[in-house]
Amino acid sequence: MIVRPYGDTRDDGVIQFSFTLPITHSPKAADVGKQFLEKLGFHDVAIAECTGIDPRFTFYVAYARTDQGIDPDEVKGDYLEVEVMDFYAVNDFIKEKLGRKLVVVGAAIETDAHTVGIDAIMNMKGFAGHYGLERYPQIDALNMGSQVPCTQLLKTALERNADAILVSQVVTQRNIHVQHLTQLIELLEAEGVRERFVLVVGGPRINNAFAKELGYDAGFGPRTTPLEVASFLAQEVVRRAGKA
Amino acid sequence: MTDAITIDQSLVDRARTAAADIADDIQRHIDAHTTDSTERATLRLLGVTGVNEIDVPLVNVVVEHARALLPGGVIRPFVDLMMQKGKSAQEAAEAIARGELALAEVPAERRAAAEARATELAREGVARIDGVRERRNALVAEIGEPLRPYVYVIVATGNIHEDAVQAQAAARAGADVIAVIRTTAQSLLDYVPYGETTEGFGGTYATQENFRLMRAALDEVGTELGRYIRLCNYASGLCMPEIAYMGSVERLDMMLNDSMYGIIFRNINMRRTFVDQYLARLLNARAGIIINTGEDNYLTTADAFEKGYTVIASDFINEAFAERAGLEKWQMGLGHAFEINPATPDQVVYQVADAQLVRQLFPEASPKYMPPTKYMPGDIFQGHIIDAMFNFTGIFTGQDIMLLGMLTEALHTPLLQDRYLSIKNAKYVFESCRHLRDEVRFKSGGIIEKRAGDLLSRAVDQLEHVREVGLFAALEKGEFADVERDPEGGRGAEGVFKRAADYFNPVFAALRDGRMSGPPVGPAPGTRTAAGEGRPS
Repeated sequence: MIVRPYGDTRDDGVIQFSFTLPITHSPKAADVGKQFLEKLGFHDVAIAECTGIDPRFTFYVAYARTDQGIDPDEVKGDYLEVEVMDFYAVNDFIKEKLGRKLVVVGAAIETDAHTVGIDAIMNMKGFAGHYGLERYPQIDALNMGSQVPCTQLLKTALERNADAILVSQVVTQRNIHVQHLTQLIELLEAEGVRERFVLVVGGPRINNAFAKELGYDAGFGPRTTPLEVASFLAQEVVRRAGKA
Repeated sequence: MTDAITIDQSLVDRARTAAADIADDIQRHIDAHTTDSTERATLRLLGVTGVNEIDVPLVNVVVEHARALLPGGVIRPFVDLMMQKGKSAQEAAEAIARGELALAEVPAERRAAAEARATELAREGVARIDGVRERRNALVAEIGEPLRPYVYVIVATGNIHEDAVQAQAAARAGADVIAVIRTTAQSLLDYVPYGETTEGFGGTYATQENFRLMRAALDEVGTELGRYIRLCNYASGLCMPEIAYMGSVERLDMMLNDSMYGIIFRNINMRRTFVDQYLARLLNARAGIIINTGEDNYLTTADAFEKGYTVIASDFINEAFAERAGLEKWQMGLGHAFEINPATPDQVVYQVADAQLVRQLFPEASPKYMPPTKYMPGDIFQGHIIDAMFNFTGIFTGQDIMLLGMLTEALHTPLLQDRYLSIKNAKYVFESCRHLRDEVRFKSGGIIEKRAGDLLSRAVDQLEHVREVGLFAALEKGEFADVERDPEGGRGAEGVFKRAADYFNPVFAALRDGRMSGPPVGPAPGTRTAAGEGRPS
């Protein structure tokens, strides 16, 4: 069934906007904003606010209607089935269902010297207002940093009896990340330990479908928060432990 | 506030005594060690700048090359080489980088001359910093001084030229302080990048060129508005003293410069950080820079209601370290934050208690109040209201520096319009409540007074405990922010050197000798410039 935004009556298609145009405010500024929204296909445009916030910028608040609709049943894709919990719920879930700390080892592997991805997910400080895995009382997280050889990552994961391995790949020139990621899978398989770990990869050019194709359990793309990764790890590790 | 909350002065005295003992204990460690970044900052002060053909800063090349000499300090052999070869500091560094010259122990007969010359060069370096401070004083007197609290916002586009556009827009909207966010994880780089940044990751590098570009943009817009606009960056991480030096000569006005933040939140070796923060703070003190401490971060890890006292305890410790580096009270932007869960009944009542306590404990300092981050929702409309309550608490308790919350805190680095809306929110609250604190009294024995008393007595307990076990051990046990750190672990441990008996570095004394005092003073905003924005009086 087709649905449209609901303002105050079914199918009225009302959407609220706020945006800034890089133009100097002038008597015609309101019309510039209005016609811009019309160009996007909206009608019944009402400019509620149109203010110069700087000599070079004009800020708008507006309402407009759309005729577009969408059928939710038509939306399909390879989605990671993860129920995102909050920070406290993730910790409680691990404590209750697993009964011990969840052990995670993470690194940017081989030649990749960028820690930005793995740090955003693992470091205390976290990313986008979400704490990193180190901050979760129920997660024992080790961030090995960058340029970690696959062999060393595996050795550490085995020593710590890790439940999960997180791999970050930021550099993608000449598809070097594919080579590194494949190398890790091959190593795990050669050592016969692939099934011991929940194996997750993240990076700006990673998505879940691509990660699955390479043999990983999940892939996370840009703007992933530590919370999403933590929620996935908690649920997947518990599921594998047969305690879900 | 006519009648402030009643505070037990004996507790305050105990807190200060314990903090002083804690800092003195660490100061003995500081005075016995140097670090590679301390030595690099020393070379920068002599005028060494630039990078080699693979973008390694020359100060790193020289210090790396002189590793074996570092326990004695790099400056004596370096200045001796300059004298022997008749070269400037920059020429000497370049020649070392090309492998043409090498540093060596200075023969006994040349030591006195090298040390005398090094002392002169250190004084010249410090005089350059003084000149920059005098320039700030002159500009503030000429352009105008903003009202307190300062409205502090952040820019973080990753392109310094874009940052400049956004910073000017923010200043026009009412911002008094612009902080330029650094590229993600710069704090973990053991060198300071060189040149301008046009493609940063979540921010721009703190480089001398970026400082210069932003300074020029803020002076331009400040003159237009009749309000001196302050520039803030981050003298933190592995290159803390080097960045402090760069800020001191490029006229930064504020620096994030916590004595423990890097240890706790960036896992930088604690022995390293304590040594580094000392020179960084000496530089900031000399340059008339207001430091910002990072206690707000504790409350993003630990619970703000339960662990609020750790902020108070840490403020006392940061104050003690700041005093030891010669920072004046007005230069201490001691941190605290509005981070109690908004779902807590009477949340704002407790926030007022915490903020009022900081204000009264540090009456001459410039407390920096940090906005809600931990519980900011994706619902930006609700977030905007939480920020308004933060703004209210700040003006009501008389804070000096307000880092404004953004309605999109949980979502992305602020859009131009987010910053505008946030400043509009703050301006409305500040102007509409400006004199409220003069009109009301706190109830004796009420929730606020009880909460403040409880925080203070717990902070005293913690400080006395830390004095007992030592700060290193307390950090090891996770007594701040619930984060545990190993004194031997963390990044940069290999860059800490025990000073030899003949360690020599005249920069420390030069920075202390004949320091100016007092904040810059200027006319109220807009009174000198017809084109400037006015304000209701």
